[in-house]
Amino acid sequence: MASQPPAALRLLPVRAENAAVAFAGKSILRGIDLEITKNTRTVIMGSNGAGKSTLLRLLHGLLLPTAGRVVNAVGEPVATQVLRQHDAMLFQRPVMLRASALDNVLYAAKHQVRGITMPPPHVSALNALQSVGLAELANRPARVLSGGEQQRVAFARALVRDPEILYLDEPTASLDPQSARQIEALILAAAGRGVTIVMTTHNLAQAKRLASQIVLLNDGAIAEITPATQFFNQPRSAAGRAFVEGES
Amino acid sequence: MNPFFAALAGAVDLITHADQKLVDIISLSLKVSATAVVIASVLGLAIGAIVSVTRFTGRGMVIAALNATMGLPPVVIGLVVYLLLSRAGPLGHYGLLFTPPAMVIAQVILITPIIAALSRQILEDAWREYQDQFASLGIKNASAAATLIWDCRFSLVTIALAGLGRACAEVGAVMIVGGNIDGVTRTMTTAIALETTKGDLPLALSLGIVLVAIVLAINIVAQWLKSFAERRYG
Repeated sequence: MASQPPAALRLLPVRAENAAVAFAGKSILRGIDLEITKNTRTVIMGSNGAGKSTLLRLLHGLLLPTAGRVVNAVGEPVATQVLRQHDAMLFQRPVMLRASALDNVLYAAKHQVRGITMPPPHVSALNALQSVGLAELANRPARVLSGGEQQRVAFARALVRDPEILYLDEPTASLDPQSARQIEALILAAAGRGVTIVMTTHNLAQAKRLASQIVLLNDGAIAEITPATQFFNQPRSAAGRAFVEGES
Repeated sequence: MNPFFAALAGAVDLITHADQKLVDIISLSLKVSATAVVIASVLGLAIGAIVSVTRFTGRGMVIAALNATMGLPPVVIGLVVYLLLSRAGPLGHYGLLFTPPAMVIAQVILITPIIAALSRQILEDAWREYQDQFASLGIKNASAAATLIWDCRFSLVTIALAGLGRACAEVGAVMIVGGNIDGVTRTMTTAIALETTKGDLPLALSLGIVLVAIVLAINIVAQWLKSFAERRYG
């Protein structure tokens, strides 16, 4: 179970309230109303250019909304929250420092505000690497690892922050099926420990395996937010039906 | 004997016997250039890092100015430093003109823009790659810049070595602000210029051989560092 910050410091639920994002006058997202609640596995789906990654970055606070707001449980905008250490993000292409796998994870651990009950950064980093099955590669330069191994190092780097929410932007898009399954197993294991998952994917089968709810984006707006089982059996929206049937 | 081969034989003799005059000139050249490179690296890396990780009004102009100053003519730098350090100049009371520190100042002004502009480009490329990850981890710009400098250390050392090569090979600025005083401010390049006009070709050629060897060695080290880093860290 992920250790929880004090009640007054909790991130969840994260709420987007009529949020919009525009770049150079072009609308990317509009009218986004979404609540990410505890212990959910939210998968954001949509066709290319629908705004999935932008929505994920908005929720994580890497982007400021150009209208509306995205706030955490105490009403603080996520982009400026002091609780950055309680969420983490995995990117499609993992970015590795020119250092060992262990040092990459240690870097994240050292930049975290740590409670007195937490183990020292070095121990946390080793534990995180162990949890993704890479303890034996701890001293290997991270950049010479395979794509799948690098993504697992990135996963360990996210886990070492003991996140309340884990954002994942198409984390298996550039991986072979076996590596993708390893990442999926890590996602489910993290969810099992109480980490709330928010991820994007193109892959319907993967979404079926991982999601508890689906957020379908269509042309920068939310077409529907539906429990996963219902979405794949009986989507509510025309965009949802077209997406599931492979027409979108 | 052909004058060229006679000069070459004399040069080899001076080098193999470690002629004291030759050693003094080489020693001063390396001290001045190495000092200048250390100072210019600190300044240039700081400027490069700040410009690469921050966004501010007029940033494009600063980058254009940095790039433009890479091509500053050394003699113009020498002239400006001469005017600043001359007895009637604003820094004249320090009495630095025609001393090694004056040569260091000129070389710092010459190579700082080179190190700043080239490091800015390397650090900015790395910044684009790491920016989201740093933001996701809640890492502030100052800490991110320090991480980038460490992560790009091999490329940045290569840039510093390029600056050292440039400093060692420079003649115009150090000639003007150093005055080419025997035993005090005479460097390899100014000595080559002088000894050639005096007709002491063996000394000029021996200095030329050493200078080329140093520049070649610097480039070999830079190349080795780059390939070592790629092998070791990917």
